[in-house]
Amino acid sequence: MISSSLSRRSLLKAGAAGLAASALPFGLARAQTPIVLGAVYVGPRDDFGWNQAHAVAMDILKQVPGVTVVEEENVPETDAVSKSMESMINLDGANLVLATSFGYYKPFVIESAKKYPAVQFRHAAPLWNKDTDPANAGSYFCYLNQAHYVDGVAAGLSTKTNKIGFVAAKPIPSVLSNVNSVLLGAKSVNPNATVQVIFTGEWSLPVREAEAANALIDAGCDVITCHVDGPKVVVETAEARGVMTCGHNASQAPLAPKGFITGAEYKWETIYKLYADALSKGEALPNFTVGGYHNDMIRNTAYGAGATPEAIKAADAAIEGLKAGKPIYVGPLKDNTGKVVIEGTKDNYDPELDGMSYLLEGVVGSTT
Amino acid sequence: MTAVVSPAPIAASRGLDPRAISSIEAILIPVGALVASAILFSVFLLALGKSPLTFFSLVWTGGFGSAFSIQNSLQRAAPLILTGLAFAIPARIGLTLLGAEGALVLGGFSAAAVAIPLVTFGFPAFIGLPLMALAAMLAGGVWIGLAGWLRHYRGVNETISSLLLGYIAIAIMNFFVEGLLRDPASANKPSTMPMGDAYRVGSIPGTSVHWGLAAGLILAVVLYILMTRTTFGFAARMTGGNVRAAKAQGLPVGFLVVTCCAIAGACAGLAGFYEIAAIHGQANASLVAGYGFTGILVAFLARQNPLAIIPVAIMFGALDAAGGLVQRRMAMPDATVLVLQGIIFVVLLVSETFYGRIPFLQPRKTGDRT
Repeated sequence: MISSSLSRRSLLKAGAAGLAASALPFGLARAQTPIVLGAVYVGPRDDFGWNQAHAVAMDILKQVPGVTVVEEENVPETDAVSKSMESMINLDGANLVLATSFGYYKPFVIESAKKYPAVQFRHAAPLWNKDTDPANAGSYFCYLNQAHYVDGVAAGLSTKTNKIGFVAAKPIPSVLSNVNSVLLGAKSVNPNATVQVIFTGEWSLPVREAEAANALIDAGCDVITCHVDGPKVVVETAEARGVMTCGHNASQAPLAPKGFITGAEYKWETIYKLYADALSKGEALPNFTVGGYHNDMIRNTAYGAGATPEAIKAADAAIEGLKAGKPIYVGPLKDNTGKVVIEGTKDNYDPELDGMSYLLEGVVGSTT
Repeated sequence: MTAVVSPAPIAASRGLDPRAISSIEAILIPVGALVASAILFSVFLLALGKSPLTFFSLVWTGGFGSAFSIQNSLQRAAPLILTGLAFAIPARIGLTLLGAEGALVLGGFSAAAVAIPLVTFGFPAFIGLPLMALAAMLAGGVWIGLAGWLRHYRGVNETISSLLLGYIAIAIMNFFVEGLLRDPASANKPSTMPMGDAYRVGSIPGTSVHWGLAAGLILAVVLYILMTRTTFGFAARMTGGNVRAAKAQGLPVGFLVVTCCAIAGACAGLAGFYEIAAIHGQANASLVAGYGFTGILVAFLARQNPLAIIPVAIMFGALDAAGGLVQRRMAMPDATVLVLQGIIFVVLLVSETFYGRIPFLQPRKTGDRT
């Protein structure tokens, strides 16, 4: 009996809070409340990778007048992230929460968005579904495979052995798309180029990443690139072995003064500035924001000492092509078991590519 | 050495009987260790040019300062009580087991795996959830029980075997989650089939804390009674004190060892069940969150006392909850709270040497004063 009356009381309280919250936005818009952005990272802010790419963008926002940024790093994909987001809302007054790790979305972002309808939540993966998910949640994502395609073009003209090594985390669509894009980029300028891939099985396993890089170099690869959370170890290992590198996520150019060619980098600040602008004008935030080269959401790292003049020329041309919407996946394409997986030519944002489960012909490696 | 030179007979102490002395010590020494850790950590902060005062006031705000903060701390404490028990119970029988992490993962995974047919065939939650909890406790119990069995019957070092079994448990989960039991919809984060809202363990009414906290509190009390007020507990503690003596007395040492380990595994497995049923709603790599290892710290600080685990776990939960606030307000890295935890742990280990050696609590030696 006691528990049921308690729960009824708490329900009433929650209802009252909900009413108060729904009344708030009007007051907020008029009072010009400060914009507080809360960012949650799954790893350290200085990992030379995924988290750093976000943190660098947030640092740019800190310079914008009227914007306060609060950040938390190393937040695991458990209820800890719900609590971190709630803490930012309750104790720091955050009005937009940016959840930057894939596993934060379900159930944590969805549930928190339902609990705090007056706060906006945006998550860095194209997962938001307008039919089932709360209207104050949303997704943003950059198609980094376009920059990996450019990496492939530059690598294809820089390699002497025609073997490009790829250290990959998990055989999931977003990673496979990057591996395949490197291959297609390289093949577009060098028909003999192949990509050899090793999956480490985890997002961050520095020891295995170094082993994989060494194994690829031992197998004759003279350009190494990767898709892991923090590419630092891979790039440093390759540089120490005297081979060339292409980066991933953030700039690794300082780690490889001799062999760095270019790298695929996110440009999250484009999206974050868009959000901050919309908040300051009191406009609604877009629920779904994705992009690539055509709308300035990714970039390639400035060319390093490893890039040959021809490579730079071809890579610049590839960037111009992507900006104009030139497709990467031109069919028919076979996977590396000989099965035709792409019949026609796919637009660079074709949703079918989001479900990619294969390695294309020319990639040495297996997803299983 | 002086004690050897003048072996004075111990006369009456200052009216304190030994039991009172040991309970005073049991409070004074851990609290003293915490204070000493706080002072050491303040020196660390000052060296970095940060204010210790700000730090500790933020810890208070973030851990206990509001209804939200308290619930945040309690929620984070919930799995730590259970994994703390998973270390403490075998410790009473003299075993150092590091397998709680693996038992938690395997327990959580078993719960999610059992849920697949239950949800598919539409069993109601009041039947399904207890079955899942049972599966989780059974899986964890068997896993750690195995380490106990290996210890007693094959002489395998239980610390090493339980630690390695933990890695195997995680590998087993990954194998199934990324293969046979993978939900096809979970493309970029391999997971088992989502259980749906009907199969959710809710919150304790009036709070946002899930029922795992209540389970931890109840188990802590039950296990305290078991270990201190029953013949089983007495036999287990006696075995922990001296295995040979216990064997000579005819105690079933093998049974006691395996049972204590199985209880420990069941506690960790239950923590896994709540992670699945109250939080994730499906099994995936996020289950490996380190609660099993933090539980070791909790049990150590609580001196393997099941009741003391409760406040210690809440303290760790509060530190964890406040860690985010410290990051945000003081611009300090996430590792800050880990440094504090590390200092606490080391100081605590050192403080163990003070038991029975605090001068003013010792019986007065009257030899050369008469």
